[in-house]
Amino acid sequence: MNDAPRGIEVMHKGEGSLLTLLKEAQRRHGYLPEEVVSELAESLDIPVGEVYGVASFYSLLSTKPLGKNVIRICKCVPCYLKNSQAILETVEGELGIKPGETTKDGKCSLQLTNCIGACDRAPAMTINHKLYVDLTPRKVIKILKRL
Amino acid sequence: MPEQRIVLRNCGVIDPKDISTYLSQGGFKALEKALGELAPEQVIEEIKKSGLLGRGGAGFPTGLKWQFASEASGEEKYVICNADEGEVGTFKDRYILERDPFSLIEAMAIAGYAIGANKGYIYLRAEYHHLLGLLEGAIVQCEGKGFLAKQGNFKFDIEIREGAGAYVCGEETALMDSIEGKRGEARYKPPFPPSQGLWQKPTIINNVETLMNIPPIILKGSDWFNRIGTERSKGTKVFSVSGDVRAPGTYELVMGSSLKELVEDLALAEKVKMVQVGGASGRVIPYHLIDTPLAFEGVLGAGAIIVFNESRDVIDIVRRTMEFFAEESCGKCTPCREGTQVMLEILTRFCHGQGLKQDIENLESLANVMMLTSLCGLGQAAPNSVVDTLAHYRSAYESRVQG
Ligand SMILES: Cc1cc2nc3c(=O)[nH]c(=O)nc-3n(C[C@H](O)[C@H](O)[C@H](O)COP(=O)(O)O)c2cc1C
Ligand code: SF4
Ligand code: FES
Repeated sequence: MNDAPRGIEVMHKGEGSLLTLLKEAQRRHGYLPEEVVSELAESLDIPVGEVYGVASFYSLLSTKPLGKNVIRICKCVPCYLKNSQAILETVEGELGIKPGETTKDGKCSLQLTNCIGACDRAPAMTINHKLYVDLTPRKVIKILKRL
Repeated sequence: MPEQRIVLRNCGVIDPKDISTYLSQGGFKALEKALGELAPEQVIEEIKKSGLLGRGGAGFPTGLKWQFASEASGEEKYVICNADEGEVGTFKDRYILERDPFSLIEAMAIAGYAIGANKGYIYLRAEYHHLLGLLEGAIVQCEGKGFLAKQGNFKFDIEIREGAGAYVCGEETALMDSIEGKRGEARYKPPFPPSQGLWQKPTIINNVETLMNIPPIILKGSDWFNRIGTERSKGTKVFSVSGDVRAPGTYELVMGSSLKELVEDLALAEKVKMVQVGGASGRVIPYHLIDTPLAFEGVLGAGAIIVFNESRDVIDIVRRTMEFFAEESCGKCTPCREGTQVMLEILTRFCHGQGLKQDIENLESLANVMMLTSLCGLGQAAPNSVVDTLAHYRSAYESRVQG
């Protein structure tokens, strides 16, 4: 059985999939605003709910505005063993926000993430697409100052 | 048993940005041999005889998978390299991609020739976006040298598709849905990917490390490969070691080496309490079983080795492991969606010293249901750490039951 909406089917031969288009939209706007999602649904001739379904499934897509710098701190076990908690507390203290929040000036968003494949150099985090490893609270403060 | 470099043969030896360094190490000689001397069926036969089993976790025979896809009817077929590597504690595929992207491309081309596919996808986890440029550069160089261009019936084109942050997309059918642009949810099987995979076409999907074994097998022959390892587990395995060790990192060992050798002699762990082999979905091995062989007949998974010393609290670790599954469950089937949540609640109670009398029994029966009825490997493996620690560290649970 194949219940894929027609729009998705059609696309595979062409430019890209719904997921690719959503990622492009997020790159352009920083997140996925409501208008963009409905426009996309309309142009592909698929229900808005379908587009939201994909947008909400992936942790790197966001329907809420994000800061210019998205900080993702790894919270999985190997990083936890290397005291990722101290890294999180340092960032929270420096920026005055909790995971899931964005600073008032829109400069930074803080999130927690599952393993990012850098456990040999734990604790680790990413800021946008850049990977930071072997973190210590002192190192993190320096990194944040440079943003 | 010794360390031996088959998969990592070029890592640190070649310059991943410069194809000429790969060619001077015998790069593309295996593809040349396959195209020049072997019929597609003979390539598949060689891989079958080598005994190579998939390195992505499930250990399915690679040659057999290729045979199914080659025998499936249809003009359009696909080769997918699974570079999603989302398992907690795993980074060996990243290590390989960073250091030897050319071997992977050569291997995918050989796979394409074998099954009759001229299109390949590398599904790269979004968290490895920093590798995208390097991989694209490697593909462009291979194309530039004409290795992927038309030769007889052979022609191969490789495209990289990036994920967007979802562990379950490493599961083969969820991954295909994700490439198709949808939510990455596991599909009901059958049909299996070799008969109906990506866009319903015959598709093989292999882990990065599995593919890395292909060029040496073609060049040196299945007999050579077959002599390395154990009865059931041929060749080597690459491990990602993290946690309470002085030398975390990537190690390649002959199959059948002991966990003790890897953890204590190579990674320099001390005062080990237990080891999680296979990451969050893996098995928990207590120290008294540290001599267990690393092989499909012992413990293996995808090769994530997380080491815990005596200071660690078993239940704290298991709770964090369950939190991972509760977050990453795609929600398509009830035993996994609900089971991981309920287990997380129970484990959180134990962490606070407030376990209930019936909780231990509930954990056990829930684990059974999840293992038997979950749709995909995520839900089936989610209870592993609970089951193993209840078997080996039951008193840790019992001492935290209230009243
Ligand atoms: C939840 C889940 C996540 C998985 N993640 C990966 C992964 O990141 N990389 C991988 O190669 N296989 C992963 N697998 C296994 C794949 O489904 C599949 O078995 C594998 O890619 C087949 O390749 P192989 O035969 O070369 O091992 C995962 C399986 C499950 C159930
Ligand atoms: S077992 Fe879990 S991850 Fe797999 S399909 Fe069911 S809900 Fe989704
Ligand atoms: S656990 Fe943090 S990078 Fe793997």
